[in-house]
Amino acid sequence: MGPFIKKIRMLGKKNRGIDDSRKDNTTHSELTHKTVILNVYRANARKDDSPRYDTFEIPVQRWMTVLDALLFAKSYSDSSIGIRYSCRMASCGSCGMKINGIPRLACYTKISELSGGRTITCEPLSNFPLIRDLVTDFSQFFERHKEMAPFIRNDNANITDETMLSEFKQSPKDVDQYLQFSYCIKCGLCYSACPTVATDTRFPGPQALSQAYRYYADTRDNSSIQRLNIADDRHGIWRCHFAGSCSAVCPKGVDPALGIQLLRGHLMGFSRNEKKIAELRDPVSEQ
Amino acid sequence: MLKEGQIMKIHYITGIAALFVVAVHIIVRLITPSFSLSLVYENVIKNYHNTPYIILLESILILVAIHGFNGLRIILLELRQNKPWEDGVAIFTIAATIALIAYGTRTIIVASGLGLG
Repeated sequence: MGPFIKKIRMLGKKNRGIDDSRKDNTTHSELTHKTVILNVYRANARKDDSPRYDTFEIPVQRWMTVLDALLFAKSYSDSSIGIRYSCRMASCGSCGMKINGIPRLACYTKISELSGGRTITCEPLSNFPLIRDLVTDFSQFFERHKEMAPFIRNDNANITDETMLSEFKQSPKDVDQYLQFSYCIKCGLCYSACPTVATDTRFPGPQALSQAYRYYADTRDNSSIQRLNIADDRHGIWRCHFAGSCSAVCPKGVDPALGIQLLRGHLMGFSRNEKKIAELRDPVSEQ
Repeated sequence: MLKEGQIMKIHYITGIAALFVVAVHIIVRLITPSFSLSLVYENVIKNYHNTPYIILLESILILVAIHGFNGLRIILLELRQNKPWEDGVAIFTIAATIALIAYGTRTIIVASGLGLG
């Protein structure tokens, strides 16, 4: 099926896709003073259908996001559009997709901010296997994340005896070492933008490697050697070309490229490898 | 078996060192009189009988061979990912490095007259 245009003519009817408070009272002229053309990539990995782009004309309101536009098209034109979304506030990382060729969160991308005229093209994230339309398979991405052991490991902390549970002492300076990397929401945009992931299928990707640094730099963790060994693989941290596209697309301001370079510095021995380990509070005296 | 981090450390060190020795080599060639005659047979043989200069040439050979073939290994690793390919690439690049260094060293030894006993 070739591209087609579906005019949205539901504005005199229910308007639940835009603003519930204005339901049924919204006039056509209020919403259609400006419209955009939304090109949506359509394909199904389970079928042999050749991929195509469906085109929708969407009325635009101020502050409208690309996710709003997609949901409008899904509500009033084609309910079969495959999208994954949840929080609508850039917290869950579900709605990652390529918008006008750049990996972005649809809920965090305002239509007014996009350049390229009236046309918005939505495509699935690169470097992820496609499931359907804009929905991609994150299994491998999460597997890479798990390989980095993304949790605190400390032999000194007794977590089996409840009476011995305690907390670590960390100064604000200690927290600053890894804080920005802990803002990662695992949306996969950096993984999609990475040119090395595109060529090397065994490269862990910027998200996993920056998380390796995040736990390496955390003073509560004392398994630094194991962490460095995980990253120091034939297809590991050394395959990063430092293109920096991961940092450029991160919606949370994380700089994965920086994390990778810092971890490389530790592996090269340029940075101090004698890591300060956080002390545990005395569980008895603190109670 | 070297870890990837150790291999990359060698890669970076040989790269920086190669830059230095090649720069010295170019400077020596430029400041030497009769630059246009430097490829004349007698002058080449004369160069090979200059001990500091053959040490420089041998250094360039070793550094560039190690750095270059490891670079090729990295490129080929990104081309395809499976164990037979990766092992094959590693074996090929190590063998090629050794072969190039051996052949180049032989040339230096023969031209310098050190191998004549």
